[in-house]
Amino acid sequence: MKAKSAPEKIGHFRREVLITGFGGQGIVLAGNILGRAASLGDHRESTLTQSYGPEARGGACSAQVIISDATIHYPYVRNPDIVVCMSQGGFDKFAPLLRQGGTLIIDQDLVQPGKIGSDQVFSVPATRFAEEMGRKMMANIVMLGFLTAVTESVTVQAALRTVEASVPKGTEQMNIKAFNKGYDFGLATLKGRRKKAAGVKGVK
Amino acid sequence: MKPAVLTGEHFITGDVACAEGALAAGCRFFAGYPITPATEVAEHMAVRLPDVGGTYIQMEDEIASMGAVLGASCAGAKSMTATSGPGFSLMMENIGLAICTETPCVVVNVQRAGPSTGLPTLAAQGDMMQARWGSHGHYEIITLAPSSPQEMFYLTITAFDLSETYRTPVLIMSDEVIGHLSERVIIPEANAIKPRSRPKPKGRKDRFKPFQPGPNGVAPMAIAGEGYGIHVTGLTHDEKGYPVMTAEAQEAMLAQLTGKIHRNLEDIIRTEAYRLEDADLVIVSYGVSARSSLAAVDEARQLGIKAGLLKLVTVWPFPEERVRALAERVKGLVTVEINLGQIHLEVQRCAAGRAPAMLVGHAGGAVIPPERIIETLRNFS
Repeated sequence: MKAKSAPEKIGHFRREVLITGFGGQGIVLAGNILGRAASLGDHRESTLTQSYGPEARGGACSAQVIISDATIHYPYVRNPDIVVCMSQGGFDKFAPLLRQGGTLIIDQDLVQPGKIGSDQVFSVPATRFAEEMGRKMMANIVMLGFLTAVTESVTVQAALRTVEASVPKGTEQMNIKAFNKGYDFGLATLKGRRKKAAGVKGVK
Repeated sequence: MKPAVLTGEHFITGDVACAEGALAAGCRFFAGYPITPATEVAEHMAVRLPDVGGTYIQMEDEIASMGAVLGASCAGAKSMTATSGPGFSLMMENIGLAICTETPCVVVNVQRAGPSTGLPTLAAQGDMMQARWGSHGHYEIITLAPSSPQEMFYLTITAFDLSETYRTPVLIMSDEVIGHLSERVIIPEANAIKPRSRPKPKGRKDRFKPFQPGPNGVAPMAIAGEGYGIHVTGLTHDEKGYPVMTAEAQEAMLAQLTGKIHRNLEDIIRTEAYRLEDADLVIVSYGVSARSSLAAVDEARQLGIKAGLLKLVTVWPFPEERVRALAERVKGLVTVEINLGQIHLEVQRCAAGRAPAMLVGHAGGAVIPPERIIETLRNFS
C-alpha cells in the first residue's frame, strides 16, 4: 500500500483553467465535467478545486481545473491559461489573473470586457443559446462546448461522453445538443478568425 | 446494487474516496453527525452502506457517534466515523475509552480552521497535537495523513488494517482541501485488497481472558455474544478485564497499551521520500501541505537549491528515527504545515540541535503556496 511519488515528468501539456460566474449557473459542474473528461476520457492528470463557503445562489462562484501530462502537485491555479467568465463579478475579479497570451472566454450578454485586447477574447452568447433551447440552466454546457472548440483543453469525444454521464437522466440529448451548439459556434468563430487573418495577410 | 469494491477509474473527491476505501476495507458500520467539511463522507456512507448490508446511523451528536462506533466494533463490525474540529473535540472522551478497552475503530478528521467553530469551510492542520494528546491520560495513537483522494482511499484501508491488527483507534487526519479535491482514484479488483481482521480467540470459552496478549503482543478479541466471558471497562483493568485499582495494575496496563505500538513501529510507520538522496535542505510535511512542498522541491531544484521532501504518511507514532537520521546529515529541516508549529516541535525535538529546524506555518484558512516555502529555502541556503 506504500505509494511512491514519481519524479515529476516534464510536462508538454499543461492547462490551468479558471471558470467563474455566480452560484446556480453550474460553474462547479462545468469544472467537474472538464476535469473528469481530461482524467477519465483523455487519460491526463487533472485536479478540480472549487470556491467553497457559505455562499448562496447568486453569489460569486469559481472552479479551478488543472490538466497536465505530469503529476499535479499544487492543486491551485497560479497562472491561468484560460479564464471563463459567466458574470461581470467573475470577470472583474479573475480576468486580471490571466497569463500573458492566455485565452479569455466570456458570455457576451453577461460580461462587458472593456479594453482587453480582442485577440485574447472569445465571446459566446451561452446563456442566450441555452434560453433559446428552452433551458437557461444549460448555459454551462453551451460554454463547455465552446471552450472545447476554442482551447483544445480536452478532446471533443471525452467532453461529450462526460456531459452525457454527468447530467440528470432524461436530459442527456438536450445537453448534448447544447454542447454541440457551443462547440459549433466555437469552430465557426475560429474559422472566422482564420479567414480574417488570411485576409489581412493578403492585403500586405 | 453496487458491490462493496467499486473497481475502476473514478474522478471523485477525497471525502467520497475515503468512504469507498472504508467499504473496500470491510467497514459495515458508520455512526456520525454531519459537519463541514466532513459531511460528504457520512453522506456517501449513507447511500452506500445499505448496498452492502451495512448500517448507517446519524446520531444526536459526536459523543454518541463515537459511543455507537465502539458498541458496533465490540459486536464485531468494522466501524468508523468522520468529523471535523468541533466534533473531534467531542469525540475525545470516547476515543480514550477505545484506547483503554482496545476497541478497533477508525476516526476521520477532515480538518478546518479552529479553535472553536473557527472557519468551517476552510482548510487547516491545527488538530495534529489534539490527535496525539486530545484524550486524557498517557497513551499511544496511530494517525495517518492523506495528500490526495487516491490516498484517502488507500489510507482508509490501511487505517482499518492497523486498527484491527493492534486493537486501537486509528485517526485519519485529512483537511478541507483534500476532502473536497476531485482527482482520479483507481480502485483495484476486490481480490487485490486483502483487509486484515482483529485476532480471534481460540480454546476454552470459560478460560478466556479478554486482555491477555497473544504472540504479537495484542490480545485476541472475542465478539460480544460468541460465548466467551468478557468484561470491558474504562477503569484500569487486569487481563480478565476486571477493574484493579492499584498503581501496579496501571503500570502493567500502560505497558501493554503503549508496548503493542512501540514493538510494531516498522509495520505502523510509513514515510515517503522525494529527492532526498542528495538533499541538504529537507522539508518535512504531510497532507495537503506535502503537495505544496513537492512543487516547492521541484522549483527549488531549478534554482540550484538541493531540496528534498520527507512526507509523513504516518504522523503518530512520530517517525523519530527517520528525522534523527536526516538531522545528522543535512543543513536544515523545514516543516510545512497549516498551523503555527505543531509537528515542527517534534521535528525540532528529534533534530536536537544537530540541524536547525524551521517552520513554514499558517494560522489556517488557506493552503501554503510553494513560493513561501521556496523563500524560506532560499534564506536557509
